[in-house]
Amino acid sequence: MTGGGAKLAARGLWKLYGPHPERLLAGGARPTPEAIRASGHVAAVRDATIEVAEGEIFVVMGLSGSGKSTLIRCLARLVEPSAGSVSFDGIDLLAASRAELTRIRRHRLGMVFQHFALLPHLTVLENVAFPLEVQGMARGPREARAREVIALVGLEGREGRYPRELSGGQQQRVGIARSLAGNPELWFLDEPFSALDPLIRREMQDEFLRLQRGLRKTIVFITHDFDEAIRLADRIAIMKDGAVVQTGTPEELVLRPADPYVAEFTRHVARAKVVTAAAVMTPGGPVEHAGTVAAGDRIEAIAARVEAAELPHAVVDAAGRVVGAIDRRAVIGVLVGRGPGS
Amino acid sequence: MADAGGTGAERPAAGGADVAARAPTPAPAPPAGRMAGRRLWLVLWGGLAVATLVLAALAPRLSAGPLADLWVPPAWLRPDVAGAISRFMAWLTTEARIGPLAVTEITRALAAAIEAPYELARNLLVDGWTEGRGRRAQQVFPPLSWIAIVAAAVALGVHARGWRLGLFAGGCLLYLAVFGQWQSAMVTLASVVIAVPIGVAGGLVLGTLAWASRPFDRALAPVLDLMQTVPTFAYLVPILFLFGFGPVAALIATIIYAMPPMVRVTTLALRQVPAEIAEYAVMAGCTPWQRLRRVMLPAALPDLMVGVNQVIMLTLNMVIIASMIGAGGLGFDVLNALRRLDIGGGIEAGLAIVALAVALDRLSQALAERARSARPAVAGPWLRRHRWPVTVAAVAVATGLLGLAFPAMQSYPDSLTVTTRAFWGDLVRWVNVTYFDSFEAAKGAALTHVLLPVKRFLLALPWVWVLALVTLAGWRLGGRRLGLLGFLLVLYLALTGLWEQAMTTLYLCGVSVVLAGLIGLPLGILAASSAVAGRILGAVTDTLQTLPSFVYLIPVVMLFRVGDFTAMIAVTLYALAPAVRYTAHGLRSVAPELVEAGTMAGCSRWQILLRIRLPLAVPEILLGLNQTIMLALSMLVITALVGTRDLGQEVYIALTRADVGAGLVAGLAVAAIAIVADRLIAAGARAQRARLGLAEGGR
Ligand SMILES: Nc1ncnc2c1ncn2[C@@H]1O[C@H](COP(=O)(O)OP(=O)(O)OP(=O)(O)O)[C@@H](O)[C@H]1O
Ligand SMILES: [Mg+2]
Repeated sequence: MTGGGAKLAARGLWKLYGPHPERLLAGGARPTPEAIRASGHVAAVRDATIEVAEGEIFVVMGLSGSGKSTLIRCLARLVEPSAGSVSFDGIDLLAASRAELTRIRRHRLGMVFQHFALLPHLTVLENVAFPLEVQGMARGPREARAREVIALVGLEGREGRYPRELSGGQQQRVGIARSLAGNPELWFLDEPFSALDPLIRREMQDEFLRLQRGLRKTIVFITHDFDEAIRLADRIAIMKDGAVVQTGTPEELVLRPADPYVAEFTRHVARAKVVTAAAVMTPGGPVEHAGTVAAGDRIEAIAARVEAAELPHAVVDAAGRVVGAIDRRAVIGVLVGRGPGS
Repeated sequence: MADAGGTGAERPAAGGADVAARAPTPAPAPPAGRMAGRRLWLVLWGGLAVATLVLAALAPRLSAGPLADLWVPPAWLRPDVAGAISRFMAWLTTEARIGPLAVTEITRALAAAIEAPYELARNLLVDGWTEGRGRRAQQVFPPLSWIAIVAAAVALGVHARGWRLGLFAGGCLLYLAVFGQWQSAMVTLASVVIAVPIGVAGGLVLGTLAWASRPFDRALAPVLDLMQTVPTFAYLVPILFLFGFGPVAALIATIIYAMPPMVRVTTLALRQVPAEIAEYAVMAGCTPWQRLRRVMLPAALPDLMVGVNQVIMLTLNMVIIASMIGAGGLGFDVLNALRRLDIGGGIEAGLAIVALAVALDRLSQALAERARSARPAVAGPWLRRHRWPVTVAAVAVATGLLGLAFPAMQSYPDSLTVTTRAFWGDLVRWVNVTYFDSFEAAKGAALTHVLLPVKRFLLALPWVWVLALVTLAGWRLGGRRLGLLGFLLVLYLALTGLWEQAMTTLYLCGVSVVLAGLIGLPLGILAASSAVAGRILGAVTDTLQTLPSFVYLIPVVMLFRVGDFTAMIAVTLYALAPAVRYTAHGLRSVAPELVEAGTMAGCSRWQILLRIRLPLAVPEILLGLNQTIMLALSMLVITALVGTRDLGQEVYIALTRADVGAGLVAGLAVAAIAIVADRLIAAGARAQRARLGLAEGGR
């Protein structure tokens, strides 16, 4: 990830709650957790640095109270960071004026909330059209646009309902539709599916991936569920006590956890879901093979094929060159938890 | 609700609070030696109680000697605050100027601004529009016909909930017509119709400002406390000075009285809007005004409607009291009847107040509920969407026109009214004759065995001792600041030279509150332990709370005549409702697992009540006690009309003499007592809650 190409970049972000956060952080100081606590402050975010590339699903994950919500709110400047910088498409968000921020939020940012945050006094249609209405868009076009996004999330026919007349999953669909109404470039989702039942949650994750395939938004997605994170993420940042402890692809986190905390998180993950063929192949040129698999394929997807064949499969990279071979033994190794990372 | 120094009928506001989950700070573990410390304090308090008794016993001997100044605050300690205030008022109304404008000109403009809509409402409801003056006045345009007003009540009821409520509300108004109270009731209603929107709007503005700005909130809080604790009679006088005798002064007093709960409810309701919704408004790119107008206020609407209901009920309460300074209407009828000892007339007018109060309360509550469930608006053409206003307007026009030919359509015919005056008069007379001896015996016994001894005991305490006790209690319960507050307020009581009256207030209030507790606690337990009893008692206390305080005086005066005993009964009745409600609520909201755990441990029903439910309900019961005291104090001032000798009487006398200074000084003394009691009990409830590990304000 090159710093210059990032759509959204936050550097050295701090958020302290307490009497005098600015004193503790004066002159770029980086107080220790002990110093923070001793001075009567609570550190919600500590020196967090993240970069999100255009079109990427960037998942922030951590236990309850680790500072995920505060981080995302600092990125959207709903919460004023105590120190650090946030730049979006080259704009310094922390230096932006109030009017400029309002303009950016109206046209370029969208946010989905954990508890939906639908306006109870408006219908589904009015809720979805609300962000367009506050921009001053005329009734005709804004309702047309609202119907369009409502159809996108599969809620046609329910435009006249009030939020409380919908199930949790439907309410969050309204929340998603509403956040998409203004056609944002950057999409924040703060634990959007945590308040839903496991079955609905899965369904919504699929729905979300389907949407994103068409939309290609830049996404910051918060969750405390590692399974959800690896299903959705291009890259994951793991937070602990306000600090980002590791950022990487799901596979990197599983295979090379930076510390015992991350290792503990990833221990129970089904490795076949994250490990790719490239990670367990035997590198080398072309050999006699039963078929080919892509280097980025997850073991889960190719296990049955490779296991059934007597000969190994050739692993090819994006350009179609053979970069190695994968055999039964390697696949079974991953499935039973042997091999790299265990 | 820790700081709800509310006098009014404060219903526990049901808030859809969904504050973003924040990790609660864990309560510090009790350090070793805490238990020993508590025991020490118990011993100390016991010792102080004994010392207090001894002092009271010694009073007759010591209070005359050289120590007399310790018993009654000496004259040289009393600055002439009352005189200074009076002089200030005199200056304000004669010479004071703000810029080029004299203060009186400003007040007159303000009065005119309120008078215009009031005149309109009055013309619409009662007088009609007339031409010419005095005798030669000729009605050129009639007021709304009685049929139209009844129809409006029905339509509002149907709109708010359904036909049952519509018929009920219509029935209440019909009652007013049939029993000959229409004119007075409409005069009262005209005041309500004007005061409520002003009170609500003012409350919304101030409450929103307090929500948006911490400093403003902090500055406003003590003002609200005073507005709610200073007895209404006390500020009637300065208002009379500024605005003159008449309905406008009464309206202004009413608005001052009825607005504070709306301010508090607004601030609270806006704070309780889920944090995510407030954040969403920012993310959607709302301007601050859009955020408030389009998101926050609508989202808070259900809670705000609770405030509107309170404003309506307080307005009605105050409109009745304000009839003393010329609001006219039902309150004036009651007052007049009481003065003339016209028993039947008083009861008739009192019942009319009850009918009006119940109708207004049910309607506004139903509207509040409607806001909570926000039924989808009726779709369709304009006429269908507005069928109720259109119907009522049509009825008004039709009956108005028909009224030209058939007067009975315009105003309810006198020949069809029913008067119950004689019936009530005879009934009360019969009760008084038949039970005279029992009443007298009960009254005598209560006076000699309870009222007088308590009064003598309190009056026998040296003021410095009381000062020390309150300061100590405040410091112990709420820290240095509360101790200082208690010290200053009790000192104020001493320095005003109203010490004896203050102690008399304390005695009447104390006895009434204890009595209300003795009745209310068992009733609350009963209400919590049986669903049927709960429903019945709930309905009864709801109705008791909707009745304007004035109404309580009528039956007691007729049965017991004037005096402390009568005052005590009226105050007890008025203050009973919160004791029952909070007890029942506290007992019911004990976590069910705890009760189940007790059952599994083999507790009997009594043991569960005494060992589990009651101790855990203590904080809630204390809040109820707090409300009871506030209501008792506000009622006590009104019982001045039946000849008590307390601060209320001072205020009332000042009112009749139009003595601004004396009225305010005595009124502030009542407020001081109320604030001390409120803060001490709130601090006690907080301490108890912390000890039980219950969440702050967890209701
Ligand atoms: N307004 C605030 N005042 C004080 N402390 C706060 C505030 N907001 C957050 N915190 C603290 O900051 C820390 C991080 O909170 P945050 O809500 O960001 O966590 P989270 O990771 O989103 O947790 P969850 O999964 O429960 O939503 C917590 O310890 C919290 O108590
Ligand atoms: Mg969170």
